[in-house]
Amino acid sequence: MKRQGTFVNVGERTNVTGSARFRKLIAADDYEAALQVARQQVESGAAILDVNMDEGLLDSEAAMVTFLNLMAAEPDISRVPVMVDSSKWTVIEAGLKCLQGKGIVNSISLKEGEAPFVEQARKVLRYGAAVVVMAFDEQGQAETAERKADICERAYRILVDQVGFPPEDIIFDPNIFAVATGIDEHNDYAQAFFEGTRLIKQRCPHVHVSGGVSNVSFSFRGNNAVREAMHACFLYHAIDAGLDMAIVNAGALPVYQDIPEELRERIEDVLLNRRPDATDRLLEIAERFKGDGAKAKVMDDKWRELPVEKRLEHALVHGITDWVEVDVEEARQRAARPLSVIEGPLMDGMNVVGDLFGAGQMFLPQVVKSARVMKKAVAYLLPYIEAEKGDGPPEAKGKIVMATVKGDVHDIGKNIVGVVLQCNNYDVVDLGVMVPCAKILETAIAEKADIIGLSGLITPSLDEMVYVASEMQREGLSLPLLIGGATTSKMHTAVKIDPAYGAGPVIHVTDASRAVGVVQNLLSGNARAGYAEEIRADYRQMAEGRRRGRTDRARISIAEARANRAPIDWSGYTPPRPAAPGVTIFEAYPVAELIDRIDWQPFFTTWELRGRFPDILDDPKYGAAARPLWNDAQAMLKRLLAEGWARPCAAVGFWPAMAEGDDIRLFTGEDRARTFEVIHTLRQQMPRDGGDKSNLALADYIAPAATGLADWLGGFVVTAGPELEVRARAFEEAGDMYSSILLKALADRLAEAFAERLHERVRREFWGYAPDETLSNDDLVHERYRGIRPAPGYPACPDHTEKRTLFKLLDAEAATGVSLTESCAMWPASSVSGFYFSHPEARYFGLGRIERDQVEDYARRKGETVEWVEKWLAPSLAYDPDEERARRDAA
Amino acid sequence: MTRVDRLEALNTLAAQRVVVLDGAMGTMIQNLKLQEADFRGERFKDHDRELQGDNDILNLSKPEAIVGIHDAYLEAGADIIQTNTFNATSISQLDYGLQALAREINRVGAELARRSADAHTEATGRPVFVGGGLGPTSRTASISPDVNNPGARNVTFDALREAYLEATLGLIEGGSDIIMVETIFDTLNAKAALVAVREAFDESGVELPIVISGTITDRSGRTLSGQTPEAFWNSVRHARPFAVGFNCALGAKELRAHVAELARVADVRVSAYPNAGLPNEFGGYDETPDQTAGHLGRWASDGLINLVGGCCGTTPDHIRAIAEAVKSAAPRTVPVVPRRLRLSGLEPFEIQAA
Repeated sequence: MKRQGTFVNVGERTNVTGSARFRKLIAADDYEAALQVARQQVESGAAILDVNMDEGLLDSEAAMVTFLNLMAAEPDISRVPVMVDSSKWTVIEAGLKCLQGKGIVNSISLKEGEAPFVEQARKVLRYGAAVVVMAFDEQGQAETAERKADICERAYRILVDQVGFPPEDIIFDPNIFAVATGIDEHNDYAQAFFEGTRLIKQRCPHVHVSGGVSNVSFSFRGNNAVREAMHACFLYHAIDAGLDMAIVNAGALPVYQDIPEELRERIEDVLLNRRPDATDRLLEIAERFKGDGAKAKVMDDKWRELPVEKRLEHALVHGITDWVEVDVEEARQRAARPLSVIEGPLMDGMNVVGDLFGAGQMFLPQVVKSARVMKKAVAYLLPYIEAEKGDGPPEAKGKIVMATVKGDVHDIGKNIVGVVLQCNNYDVVDLGVMVPCAKILETAIAEKADIIGLSGLITPSLDEMVYVASEMQREGLSLPLLIGGATTSKMHTAVKIDPAYGAGPVIHVTDASRAVGVVQNLLSGNARAGYAEEIRADYRQMAEGRRRGRTDRARISIAEARANRAPIDWSGYTPPRPAAPGVTIFEAYPVAELIDRIDWQPFFTTWELRGRFPDILDDPKYGAAARPLWNDAQAMLKRLLAEGWARPCAAVGFWPAMAEGDDIRLFTGEDRARTFEVIHTLRQQMPRDGGDKSNLALADYIAPAATGLADWLGGFVVTAGPELEVRARAFEEAGDMYSSILLKALADRLAEAFAERLHERVRREFWGYAPDETLSNDDLVHERYRGIRPAPGYPACPDHTEKRTLFKLLDAEAATGVSLTESCAMWPASSVSGFYFSHPEARYFGLGRIERDQVEDYARRKGETVEWVEKWLAPSLAYDPDEERARRDAA
Repeated sequence: MTRVDRLEALNTLAAQRVVVLDGAMGTMIQNLKLQEADFRGERFKDHDRELQGDNDILNLSKPEAIVGIHDAYLEAGADIIQTNTFNATSISQLDYGLQALAREINRVGAELARRSADAHTEATGRPVFVGGGLGPTSRTASISPDVNNPGARNVTFDALREAYLEATLGLIEGGSDIIMVETIFDTLNAKAALVAVREAFDESGVELPIVISGTITDRSGRTLSGQTPEAFWNSVRHARPFAVGFNCALGAKELRAHVAELARVADVRVSAYPNAGLPNEFGGYDETPDQTAGHLGRWASDGLINLVGGCCGTTPDHIRAIAEAVKSAAPRTVPVVPRRLRLSGLEPFEIQAA
């Protein structure tokens, strides 16, 4: 496509003239179901909702008001603008009086002459709406390109010059008429629309063009497959001519490229009026493509001929939601009871999914899509099951209460595990994120759960998990406890969590695909005891091995380590002064700038598809899962961009700095008179035995006082923004876990890309020490640039609490909306923070484990107790604090 | 000065520096500890309903109290004082049985502020202005009062439009320089007010600058009726206001991000008059003048605002501190935004032409 800008779908199903179903619902006063139609439109991508109540037997004005008022009470529908559609001005005006947002009037025209046109336009402007103007004048509707453009230009001049209407708020509808009608005069109608659109765009600056696409295929009524293919082809050419929006059933459009070539060519012959026999040739083949209407029908529809059970299985395995309700309804009518549909064909289908997944032939993204199909099927059946007043849905194989622990906000992994377990007929009670211990236990008891699953991503969550385990012990529980999440490990589980919960089994689950196996083992009456014992024995052995292994550990003292600091030669070095000292805030950073910088590798790892990007897309094993996932991600990114879902924010700051031992003192001003804050860094304590390796601390990269140099430290917080969290939740609430997880995974990538992009701009502009840096994306990924951006809580500086200082320095919560939980996790979860060091020798390193002498020293520097430091730095300690204390007490 | 002179002076002032609005009226009236008899005065001594709490009726029953408050704000350095007409529409006065007096309350409210402003200009030579205030009313046009019937409404667009028309005509007659549609928690109410204000301009032949001020009711960052700041701006932009902004509900600290959002998207002046912090457990406000002014001073030096003042809990001392804090800052430069079709539901939606 040559054009820039975004094409907009206007949802058409809430239109009584276009949808027989909607008309029946309104006529029957079934507004609840009518609202459902609106909701589906928004969910399937309509950016604007067209509402039309023009029907002879309806009180159109009353119906318009009732429906718009009801819509206003549904935030997931009313988030989009409304197009008030009527041929009666009174209905339009009544509708405008219900809209708090800025909507569109559809439509006004010069049909009755200039006077009423001007009067209506003035009112539209006063009510604060945009307006669709039909290419219609006193002589009638325009059919040729030239007349379409003439009428629109005349209307444009009146609106802009006389009424003072903003030209960007004018949308022309140059009339789409039916083609292939058998009447020769109609052959050029589509072509006239394309050409007319081009002329209007040339002659009327800033305006938009819209149209009702379904008219064009009117002569193929009853052959939805061909109609929809025609719509897709029509749009392809109309958008190229300058069409900005169209009233169209977004859910039923095939992809232009997917239309079989033979069909596409003959349709285009008709639309572009390329040959006199075009209509006949399209009619010739149309019957072959006839179906009951939808995109895949045009492509691969063999499976639709299978018996209903097999169709449901196919839909589940392939994650296709389009026919679920039709197929489930058919199965329901055949089944003795609605419940049997779930217990029979749906469960059978999910078992196939489970088997394929277990055999490594299906992967997580596909399974999550299967779950979406299953959810939709069950949702359809529930009212029937309830109406039967029998029992609820079939009994699950077990109930699992899951939560991300208090202080932590990360939940992608947990959500995937939840979906996978549900697919395998386990009942999952998901308590969400930041869940306090008491709530987890209460729920587990009240729900009579069989298993508790805890998830966490940041290190302080490890402590919280130990606490939950000890509380389970105290409460006298004995149900199994599952531990998962990026920061957890088998070792930590074995050494810390397992001993805290002697009453029940504790199992570390390495990834989502293992979850089902573990749960199965734990809940199978006979095998359970043996399985749990085996794991516990394994953990005890690990813990014991670690204890023994540690006796011969060798660390050097902190004094020795400091003597071996990074040998930086400060003489002759001039620290660069930032071009933009102080704090700079970015609000609603352009997402388009970030997309190219996304590092896709971790995205696939999230879904447990392991392999190199982009090779993985064509990988013989993972490709079938990776490629569609990639396509879905691209489609979602496109929507995210076009519809402005994300508003990434950031704060970046630079402060005069000076190293003092392992601390970095920051000043309020360049006179370096008043201390702002002190950053505390930690030093490696592994023995270096004569090699040329140093014992590094981040403070080494900042000039110490003795050098007399005026050095600087930078800091940043970036976030993909809370908007994406909200939208992910909306997907979740609509039962679409797949889109929710996909969006969260993308949000994480965007935040990382944002951090990368900002670091680049820091080097080139804001700090400006590398103004001419030119690096390829590959160079960037491999960090071939000067300066580093280590994050508190990660290997070079594992103390999460330094984030509190960083946030204070940047006033980050006010600037970016990112807040810290009590465990120093950032909310929204898709956020990144860190420090900037500019020294050419600065590099990333891992702290490794540290000794008690440094912990004591660090506690002194931070003004905290040793216990406090031991708690926050638990994973980085070279010793067991409890053993150490016991040893000291004994001595 | 004639009205034309004053409007010219207002434009000049807004180009030179951040314009200072006054502070809370309600808090000041509360501090006077007025009794039922004060609210009734001579004229309403036999009125059949309790009037205590009907602050707007004081325009008629105890005008000297209102003039005193206006004087105090002008003395503190306010450039614009807002009329005591927050609840003076016939819809809100219905609660007191005084709906028939709506136009008079608005007219006299504007006259009192006019008197105070003219006296100040006379004495000091400093031009000051009267903002005729149109409050949100006690009803909402796009939110149902009945949880069981989400489609129900307790007021219509046309009823609001008529009430606002009458109030605006009163404000114009009394000598307002600016019309301020403020504390908007339902944008549909505000849209009705904006239609009415235009009609009042047509009817009176006087066209005044309009200030539109919404309210972000909590930390969700949305209006009560659910709109984001940008969606709100898209909904009212057609009125081509003198300024758009937010007031009430939040303190400066919490409001900043939302005002910054408006400052990013609005191609007109931006105004803000936050509360003196968030209310404490007794419903009072604890933020000191220095604290409020500290926040707002930073907004000004960061180039976020053109008009600034205080809402609930702020006093003449707050306004004095605010005026001092913003006096040397340059007003926000109104940005030129590209021409786009900008629509909104609860959220903004923008279409870029091909």
